[in-house]
Amino acid sequence: MRVSFTVNGRPQEADDVWEGESLLYVLRERLGLPGSKNACEQGECGSCTVRLDGVPVCACLVAAGQAEGREVVTVEGLADYAKQRAEGCGTGSCGTPLDEARRWAAGGTHSRTGEGTGTVPRATLSPIQQAFIDAGAVQCGFCTPGLLVAADEMLERTPNPSDEDIREALSGNLCRCTGYEKIMDAVRLAAARQSEAV
Amino acid sequence: MDFLRPASWEEALAAKAEHPTAVPIAGGTDVMVEINFDHRRPEYLLDLTRIGELGDWEVGEETVRLGASVPYTTIMERLRGELPGLALASHTVASPQIRNRGGVGGNLGTASPAGDAHPALLAAGAEVEAESVRGSRLIPIDEFYTGVKRNALAPDELIRAVHIKKADGPQQFSKVGTRNAMVIAVCAFGLALHPETRTVRTGIGSAAPTPVRAKDAEEFLNAALDEGGFWDSGKIITPSVARQFADLCSAACNPIDDVRGTAGYRRHAVGVMARRTLTWTWESYRATGRDAHEMGGAA
Repeated sequence: MRVSFTVNGRPQEADDVWEGESLLYVLRERLGLPGSKNACEQGECGSCTVRLDGVPVCACLVAAGQAEGREVVTVEGLADYAKQRAEGCGTGSCGTPLDEARRWAAGGTHSRTGEGTGTVPRATLSPIQQAFIDAGAVQCGFCTPGLLVAADEMLERTPNPSDEDIREALSGNLCRCTGYEKIMDAVRLAAARQSEAV
Repeated sequence: MDFLRPASWEEALAAKAEHPTAVPIAGGTDVMVEINFDHRRPEYLLDLTRIGELGDWEVGEETVRLGASVPYTTIMERLRGELPGLALASHTVASPQIRNRGGVGGNLGTASPAGDAHPALLAAGAEVEAESVRGSRLIPIDEFYTGVKRNALAPDELIRAVHIKKADGPQQFSKVGTRNAMVIAVCAFGLALHPETRTVRTGIGSAAPTPVRAKDAEEFLNAALDEGGFWDSGKIITPSVARQFADLCSAACNPIDDVRGTAGYRRHAVGVMARRTLTWTWESYRATGRDAHEMGGAA
């Protein structure tokens, strides 16, 4: 079957989708967006977390057909999504085109050297992404995309989170490098920067 | 596999009548796991997410009619006053991502003995609104669970909503697991005080082939509270009464040994949770409910 839906602000279509296929498979294998990670396939690990109509969900547990007509934001579109949330979208060219999303790579500033780390010149990072780099919250990186999507949504909802708020919002995301303390630091940092900016 | 995508409830009922083997999917948090792991290859998937009214709820005089697909997150955030036990239970479901998708209709459809909503529904008192092209019926929650992952639904029926009694007193929920998130219950316990009828109801999860009430324990406690004048005096429940209640709750279990825990552990833990939830709810009743009750109102 064909599935038509919005991915990172742009309309997309996927063809020859099997009826039992997950949204995660469509994103990774049919649209070429491997940022959302495939690990447990049972909603335990959170590494496939995306926004579905704004709500954080495990993409592995959404049937592809259920995404028809819906809006999905993946980690590849997170920087643009955060930027438009902060600045609004007046130009009419919102969202992240698929080819850019496919080539997306972190273009942040390295915390020690001050040099750019990215390979693609675009890619300004969202505040949460920059905070993860600055706090050293990325180890192997596998859990990072899901954590970023979940943490970004929490900061949107709860601008001044308590540690309990952060722990609860991230309770569905597993990090097997056990980098949780640095991850907590990163979210606290992003929240602090966010409240300074206001 | 066919993906059926009814745009209305009537279309969904017609599709289920035409294809009784169709597997309903809403939040997908149970069904997709089975498909991802190749444990299930349904001929038809019946997507219910286009049917807006399944995500609605109505607060009535005595009950809340909770749409089958109202997510646990919404129950926690919007229905804590009316359905405190279910709100507490909802908060223990998996993780935010899962609570954003899953709802009570799925818990009932799957009818796993470990489903988190069941003890709260049993304790509060509820009826399941099942519908087919043949008509609609209300199934009392005590008659809904018929076996391990079996329920009273006919093959052509879908769950439209669950009608849950609004709380008339304090309710509690307790669950044993290895951590606070992403845990399938080793066992769970729900308790509701009903000061209007001067009764106590219970629900036990994951400690028998189906979710069950501890009816002997309820009867014992109802009689003990009545005879001792506890509802009027609001005095502390005698430790021996609480202990006997806990023992009877343990005795209501019929658990198995499995990877999550032994039968003996489950029986013991249910007794501990029964005593604790009784203490917690009774303390709330003493603090707030008694005065209201003595003035003739509900807690």
